[in-house]
This record gives sequence, structure tokens and C-alpha cells, in this order.
Amino acid sequence: MTTGKMHSAKRKKFITNSAVHVILGVLAVIWVFPIVWVILTSFRAEKGSYVSTFLPQSYSLDNYIKLFTDTSILNFPQMFMNTLFIAVCSCILATFYVLAVSYCLSRLRFKLRKPYMNMAMILGLFPGFMSMVAVYFILKALGLSEGNLIKLALILVYSGGAGLGFQIAKGFFDTIPFAVDEAALLDGCTKWQIFTKITLPLSKPIVIYTTLTSFMSPWLDFIFAKVICRANSDQYTIAIGLWRMLEKEYIDSWYTCFAAGAVLISIPIAALFLYMQRYYVDGLSGAVKG
Amino acid sequence: MGILKKRVNEFPTPYTCVNAVKKGGIETKLSMVLMGFGNIVHGQMIKGLIYLAVEAAYIVFMVMAGVNCIAMLPSLGSVEQKEVWNEAAQVYTYTKGDQSILILLYGVATILLTFLMVCAWRGTLRSAYKAECLAKEGRHVNSFREDLKSLLHENLQRLLMTPPMVFIALFTILPLIFMICMAFTNYSKIGEHLVLFDWVGLDNFKALFDSGSILGSTFWSVLGWTLVWAFFATFSNYIFGMIVSLLINRKGTRGKGFWRFCFVLSCAVPMFVSLLIMRTMLQPEGAVNVLLRNLGLIAQDASLPFFTDPTWARVTVIIINIWVGVPYTLLQLTGVLQNIPEELYEAARVDGANAFQIFFKITLPYMLYVTTPYLITTFTGNVNNFNVIYLLSGGDPVTDVGATAGKTDLLVTWLYKLTIDKQYYNIGAVIGILTFIILAIGALLTYRNSKSYKEEGGF
Repeated sequence: MTTGKMHSAKRKKFITNSAVHVILGVLAVIWVFPIVWVILTSFRAEKGSYVSTFLPQSYSLDNYIKLFTDTSILNFPQMFMNTLFIAVCSCILATFYVLAVSYCLSRLRFKLRKPYMNMAMILGLFPGFMSMVAVYFILKALGLSEGNLIKLALILVYSGGAGLGFQIAKGFFDTIPFAVDEAALLDGCTKWQIFTKITLPLSKPIVIYTTLTSFMSPWLDFIFAKVICRANSDQYTIAIGLWRMLEKEYIDSWYTCFAAGAVLISIPIAALFLYMQRYYVDGLSGAVKG
Repeated sequence: MGILKKRVNEFPTPYTCVNAVKKGGIETKLSMVLMGFGNIVHGQMIKGLIYLAVEAAYIVFMVMAGVNCIAMLPSLGSVEQKEVWNEAAQVYTYTKGDQSILILLYGVATILLTFLMVCAWRGTLRSAYKAECLAKEGRHVNSFREDLKSLLHENLQRLLMTPPMVFIALFTILPLIFMICMAFTNYSKIGEHLVLFDWVGLDNFKALFDSGSILGSTFWSVLGWTLVWAFFATFSNYIFGMIVSLLINRKGTRGKGFWRFCFVLSCAVPMFVSLLIMRTMLQPEGAVNVLLRNLGLIAQDASLPFFTDPTWARVTVIIINIWVGVPYTLLQLTGVLQNIPEELYEAARVDGANAFQIFFKITLPYMLYVTTPYLITTFTGNVNNFNVIYLLSGGDPVTDVGATAGKTDLLVTWLYKLTIDKQYYNIGAVIGILTFIILAIGALLTYRNSKSYKEEGGF
């Protein structure tokens, strides 16, 4: 009797387990499938955007070669360099801003602290690009809307709001015991020294997280770049370039190159993302539990 | 409510502006007119001179340009650009007309600058009074070098916060004020008010709320869809993400890391790339339709109307959003899910509950209780979810001829279309303000209930 019951319970467990694995398998296929498809498409030898077969008939590396050699209409290498330059510069500025603001709000007590945090909350509620047109006019008034200065304009725009995104880093700094700071103060450190020599080295994960997120944003942003670059195609970033390849006049000849470009961009971003995934989870679960 | 409560002054100091005016000596009072005078008298030469230079620069700026900028604000300019026949050169020349947009921008910037000047003025007054008091009591008055040194210690926040604040003022606050001003003008392609425009008060708000006009009816339908979308997008992701997370993390599942990797991989690909891929796959001649045809599920020349039929399009964007959003939900909720006390589950199992009952009676209520703030922020995030809609459907399909928004347009994508494509800047600004109001209500609910806000900084 008991063994029979045990046996049926085991059977039931086995059935449930297999069902779960099958469901997960189906879901995983659905989630991975578009990615596999784009990788296959990037090696597709047939040209044109819409073909009658689902999988490529023959494979070649032409799409990647064309991406880097055919620079007459859409200059992919230049877009790549533009984006890299903008990303590096705005990453340096934005990281410094985020860490400085977070440190001040977490460790120092001053009169404008609460008002600043309330202001950040209120500003965060406006649709991000509601002010986009206005930003463009301001950049134009500053003379930054033509030629190479567009890069500077984009750097300023990407790092401009950095001081408002302090929540995650501040949450991390809050967890470092105050006793550490007090001990350093007794030893005669200035607060600047505490910031650079104690807090930052203790917060390596969040420094890496902040650097990577601010490095990635120019690669991913599409709206601001489009509004600020307008018709200056020599200043385009990767995101606009890829988007343009799918526009009506280009899609037929550039569709497979789009897939190749998408793969090339996704590899470094995916690597960075998978690397910092643990910081991502830590930072957010802290915010959620609050 | 923390924001509305009267703030207790945490940092009492005797060196306030009121005290300076009431009790300050003659040199302090003179600083009200001649900034930095008090500092110079008490030996803070460089500091005083800097204040004086700031004042001089401000006065010069105001005389040269500032007064004019502010004076033009009420009318926003009236001189039209004119074509004049130049007899001598035998060509048409253009006289310089007013450009309302620049007048508005410079006017707002001047007002912001004046506000900063008032802050500097209060600063000089306080600083002069402090120097006077210290000198009277025979205590040490800081030299300029010591002031600079204090930036690294007592006043570190000034050193660290100023550059970010400048950027925020220039690229967030100034544009926002500027945009809010636009909502009260007729700056729009309607009626050709792109160069010269005027203040029109609340007319734009009235036009948008008037459900008889085409703009008004579009607004209500877009608002309705935005709320429906935000609701479904938030909860479909939330519940689906939770189910996937539970499936992966249950005891019997093998290869947890592999399954998690499969899902996380899709959010490692840049979002605009995966959305653009999805869009091309779902076109009438796209990969999905081709696959269905090859499998014989639909006729050879038929295609499913993913983005051409309103209902199909709405369901499609919600489903694609599940594809995009579930990996993120998975990352964020797994930790919280694992915190649910095991006893609850065991008790339920002893009582003979099945998996569905456990999920709906224990997991979901517990999660709703713990993650309410998260849910509300996701909801507001979805109201503002520009990327998914714009890159996926572009707001299509447009069914009403003459309407400026399609059937899947959200308030934000409609805002984008109105400002960038149509150049109806004023209506766009009004929509931005209304979106803000909707989100602010949501945020008030969040922060009223969130422990982290109430207890923040309570060390």
C-alpha cells in the first residue's frame, strides 16, 4: 500500500517535471528564436528584404564585408567611431556626476539635500523627450548644432541628466557603515579623501555598474540622436544608422546588412550586460525591497 | 505626505539674510548694493572681488541684452520678416524679423539667470554678515586659500554638486520651463505660427479637452489606449515573469542556469535591435507570415494583419512587450520570490492545495503586497514606453483620416509625432504636461506608501 502510493507520487512528480521542462523548452525556443533568426539572416547570401523562404538558402560573409567597405551611402565604420567617441566621453562625465551626487546625498548633510532629491523625483516624471525640441533649440543657440560640434552636443545631452540618476549608487553607498567614515575623520582625513580613498574603492561593483550603464546608453539611444543629428549623416550614431537601413529606400539593398550590423553591435553589448547582470540584480532588488 | 509637510530647519545658523539686514553693520548693509563690499572690508579681498565681478557682469549683461529679452517676453516679437526690393543690387533682400522662439528662449534663460543672481546676492549678504560677526567677536576670518581648502572638506558638496547641477539646469530644467511656456502659445504649424507666435492662455488645453473636435476625440482615444496598454503591459509581464521564474527555480527543474541564460540573452541584445527585428518579422511579407505559409497554416497569398488591423496591432504590441519585458521581470523578481517563507507553501501543500491555488492564493497576494512600489513605477514607465510602440508599430494603423495619431499611439509617441513630424509644438507641450500630471498622481500613490521614502536618511 505505502509503496504503491510512493510509486504513484513518484510517477506524478516525474510527469510534472517533464511537463515543466517541455514548457520551459518551448518558451526558451520562443525567446531565443528571433536572435538565432537574425544571426542566420546576417549570413544570408540572397539579397532583398522579403524572401519566400524562411531560412536562408545559402550562406556568405558578404553582408559583413559590405557593411565595412560600402561607405558611400551609409558609412558604418564612421558611425561606429562616432558612437565610440561619444560613448567614451559621456561615460567619463556621467560616471563622475553620478558618483559625486550619490556620495553627497548619501554621506553629507546639507540644506539642499532633501529639496534636491524631491526635485529629481519630480523631474523624473516628465516624459524624457518632452523637452527634446527645447534642447535642440538651446544647442542651436549655443552654436552646437552643426558639423563636428554635434558630437559635443550629444555628449552634453547624454551626460546632462546624469546627476538625476543617483538612486542605485546612493542605495549602495548607504550600505557602507558610517563608522568607517568616522574613523577616517578621526585620523585626519578630509571628506574628499574619504570619497576618493575609502568610499570609491569599497564600492567597486557600483562603480563598474555606473560606468557600464553610462557607456552603453549612447549605443542604445535612438531618439535624441535622431533629433539632434537631423540630416547630418556624417555624425550619425549606430542606432540611427541601423534604423535608416530599414527605411523604405534602403531596405531592399541593406536588409541583410542590417542584420549583420545588429549582430556586431549586440555582441559587445550582450557581453557587457551578462558581465554586469549580478550588479543589476543587486541594485534593483535593493530598491524593490525598500 | 513628506513633500507637503512643513520642513523643520535641520541646519540652524545665525548668519541668515534676515539677520544680516536687521542686525548687520553699515558695511554689511552696503553689500546689499555693492556686492562683496563687506568681505573686502573684513580682509576677504578675493572673495569680495569675485562677488563684485559677478554683480558687474550681471549688470552689463542686463543693460546690453537682458532687459531687452525680458521686455520682449509679453509680446514675443511682432516684426515680420519682409522682402524688400533692393534697387541698387537688383535683388530681393530680407529685413531681419523677430523670431518668437528665440525671444522666448532668451527670455526664459534671462529669468533663470536672474534667479541665480538673487541666490548669489543672498550669498554675499550672508557671507558679509558672517565676516562682520566673526571680526567683531575677534575670531578668525577665513582667507581665500582657506575657503578653497574647505571645498574639499566642510563644503565638499558645493564642489561635487555644482557641475551636475549646472548640467541639469541647462539641459533639463531650462528646456522643461521653455516647453511648459510653449503650451500657452500658438506656436504651431496650424495657422503658420512657426516664426511669430503669441500667448494664447489656456486655449490649447480647451482645444484638447473639447471632444467635439478631431484633436479632442483623438486625445481621449489615445489616453484611453495609453491606460489600457499600461495596465496590460504591466500585469502581463509581472504575472508571466513570475510564472517563468517559479518554473525555473522550482526544486525539480534541472539546468537552472541554462534556462535563465536563454531568457536573459534576449534582454542582452539592445532593445531597439530586437524591436526592429520583431517589426520586420511581422510585416505582411515578413518571416513569420512566410513561415506560416510554408507550414500551410494560411493561404499562399494571405498574411496575418499584425500591424494593419487595429485590434491585431494592439494585441501584437502587448504580446511583443511580453517578449521584451519578461527577462527583465525575471531578473528583478527572482530574488523577491525566493524570499517568500517556505512554511506558507508547506502549509498549503499539507492542506492539499494544487499549484494553481498556491500561486493565486499565496504567491500572488504576497508579491502584490511586497512589490507595490515596483508595480507602480513599472506602470508609470509603461505610460512613457516610447521605444516599444515607436519602433514596433510606429503607432500604426491610422484609421481615421485626418487624425494625427494611429490606433496604437501612446501619449508619448503622439507627442513625438506632433512635435517632430507635424510641428504642432504647442499641442505637444500640452500633452507632455498632461502626461506629467497622470504620472505625478501615480508617483504620489507610490511615495505615500513607500517605506523607503518615509524612512530615508533616518540614521
